[in-house]
Amino acid sequence: MKWIKKHLIAFAALAVLGYMLVPNVIVAAFSFNDPKGKFNYNFNEFSTEAWTNPCGAQGICESLGLSLQIGVIASLSATVLGAMIAFALGRYRFRGRSATNLLIFMPMATPEVVMGSSLLTLFLMLGVPSGRTAILIAHIMFCVSFVVVAVKARVATLDPKLEEAAADLGANPTQTFLRVTLPLAAPGIAAGALLAFSLSFDDYIITNFNASPSSITFPMYVWGAAARGVPVQVYVIGTVMFLLALIVVMTAQLISSRRHRQVV
Amino acid sequence: MMDRQEKGDLSLVALTKSFATFTAVHPLDLTIPQGSFFALLGPSGCGKTTTLRMIAGLEEPSGGRIHIGDADITGTKAHQRNVNTVFQSYALFPHMTVLDNVMFGLRRRGDKQARAKADDILELVQLGQVAGKKPTQLSGGMQQRVALARALVNRPDVLLLDEPLGALDLKLRRQMQMELKRIQQEVGLTFIHVTHDQEEAMTMADSIAVMNTGRIEQLGDPATLYEQPRSTFVANFLGQSNLVRARVNPGGTDHIVTVRVHDTDLEMAREHLPEGVDDVWLGVRPEKLRLGEAGGPNHLRGIVRDVSFSGVATQYSVEMPWGQELIVVQQNDGTARAALGETVSVSWAAHHGFALDASQDAEAGAELVDDHG
Ligand SMILES: Nc1ncnc2c1ncn2[C@@H]1O[C@H](COP(=O)(O)OP(=O)(O)OP(=O)(O)O)[C@@H](O)[C@H]1O
Ligand SMILES: [Mg+2]
Repeated sequence: MKWIKKHLIAFAALAVLGYMLVPNVIVAAFSFNDPKGKFNYNFNEFSTEAWTNPCGAQGICESLGLSLQIGVIASLSATVLGAMIAFALGRYRFRGRSATNLLIFMPMATPEVVMGSSLLTLFLMLGVPSGRTAILIAHIMFCVSFVVVAVKARVATLDPKLEEAAADLGANPTQTFLRVTLPLAAPGIAAGALLAFSLSFDDYIITNFNASPSSITFPMYVWGAAARGVPVQVYVIGTVMFLLALIVVMTAQLISSRRHRQVV
Repeated sequence: MMDRQEKGDLSLVALTKSFATFTAVHPLDLTIPQGSFFALLGPSGCGKTTTLRMIAGLEEPSGGRIHIGDADITGTKAHQRNVNTVFQSYALFPHMTVLDNVMFGLRRRGDKQARAKADDILELVQLGQVAGKKPTQLSGGMQQRVALARALVNRPDVLLLDEPLGALDLKLRRQMQMELKRIQQEVGLTFIHVTHDQEEAMTMADSIAVMNTGRIEQLGDPATLYEQPRSTFVANFLGQSNLVRARVNPGGTDHIVTVRVHDTDLEMAREHLPEGVDDVWLGVRPEKLRLGEAGGPNHLRGIVRDVSFSGVATQYSVEMPWGQELIVVQQNDGTARAALGETVSVSWAAHHGFALDASQDAEAGAELVDDHG
């Protein structure tokens, strides 16, 4: 009884963790199913069929490829743009600074449905055809806000004296940025880039508004398939994505804890 | 190790800095000889850091020029100046090892012997064994030495030190003062050391500029500043002073004049009397006063109001008939000590007194001295 009391917090934590992980466990388990009929909702028989043939369902790998491509380009572009905005906002006083600070939050605050539909209207007006380019522009746009927030938080903690010290030691502004500012802001930039990638990869609503029949992203594919019966391959890809995310997060934790240990 | 030509003295000509609402540094003229250890001493907010930042190129002057030797460097950027700073907060790069921190400046100039020079300098500041560590793994005193090494290794024309010892405890501070002085003599560079600790300035510097509210009050070697302060601010900020109101008597010899303090005539050296003033503050340092008659021809009688014994010396507070208390510091040399309430004579030699224009505030600077220094 005492033992239970003592470890109550651990039990509570495990329970919450379990609650959060159940969906992932189900997805992983059902990726090994050989479903009876079209719907993968009852565990029928163990099979590695979907794992050995992940592109087996028609169109699935094309949509995954498109999502990865858009995710990489959108997150890279948004990271470059967002980091520059964050440095400008964090380091310099200029006219329109507080307005920019406020407006940068707008895409985060606007409901996605509203943004998606208004973007579609805009693209139609400007004659931008629906499809991959339109999706990319939209993704970069909403990812930038998140990158700015992540990088700005990091820039705010940087001691401006360090940049002065670099200049004092003979580093010109470019060298100062590359050797001192950028390395110190790197964790914030990496966090912003990862966030941007997962937001872009995951996005359904805005994407759906601006897609064409030839630009089916992975979330759109899954959504479309759900009506007809989700192929087991979707569960495989879901599991792989989850594992990848886990590895990335754990690596980041490891790096930061190693850094931390050096600090103490 | 000396691979740079001697560049000459640093001179500031009417150097000024005004911020939006107020002037931090009033037109400042100063020449600091090459190779000297110069201290800029003054209370908090008097403009010391601002002056250093203008020399380093981190702050743009509102007016005036900065020269090193014959070269006018006023218009150049910080990274173009051969001037390095040891920041008050050290500002070490946290993402680099100690060695990389020290090599930072050399690498910017593409120095082929960066590694060897860095090793040498780390040896000089006795940090060779921590070269591979990150700055945050080091103690405050070690970080201070890394900051010093990082600046020194570049052999700057001028090394600026902005209260580098401020964050250290007293014992470590005394130790680092000696170390800094030793290193300066060893490398022979011009050091400008900013501090608000008068004792630190006096023990370390060849010459001191005492700054107050953006102006230099007095410039000189430590002994002159201490023995012959030219303002009540310097008299109070640099050690303690007894200042009594006096009126100069007409006449006297070439060497000695007499001044009247209440009902007593007292002698002082004529050379210590400013020209053309009759009403003065007569100043005597506490350790120049003697209890009894042995100190010299000047005597004042009073009652001992306070005695505090500190081991090497005893400090007395002696109340004069007009109510003012004089501080007397007596070496603990075996002579008898006076008791509380005793009536005593206080005496001193004529040449130990100095006089300051009485139009100044006698308390100026006294409240700004910090005791922990
Ligand atoms: N950027 C600035 N804008 C406005 N005022 C400033 C600025 N920088 C400094 N000051 C003012 O200039 C004065 C001198 O500042 P400075 O930092 O040179 O003082 P200091 O002598 O170094 O003091 P301390 O011993 O506390 O470091 C201060 O009153 C300060 O408030
Ligand atoms: Mg300062």
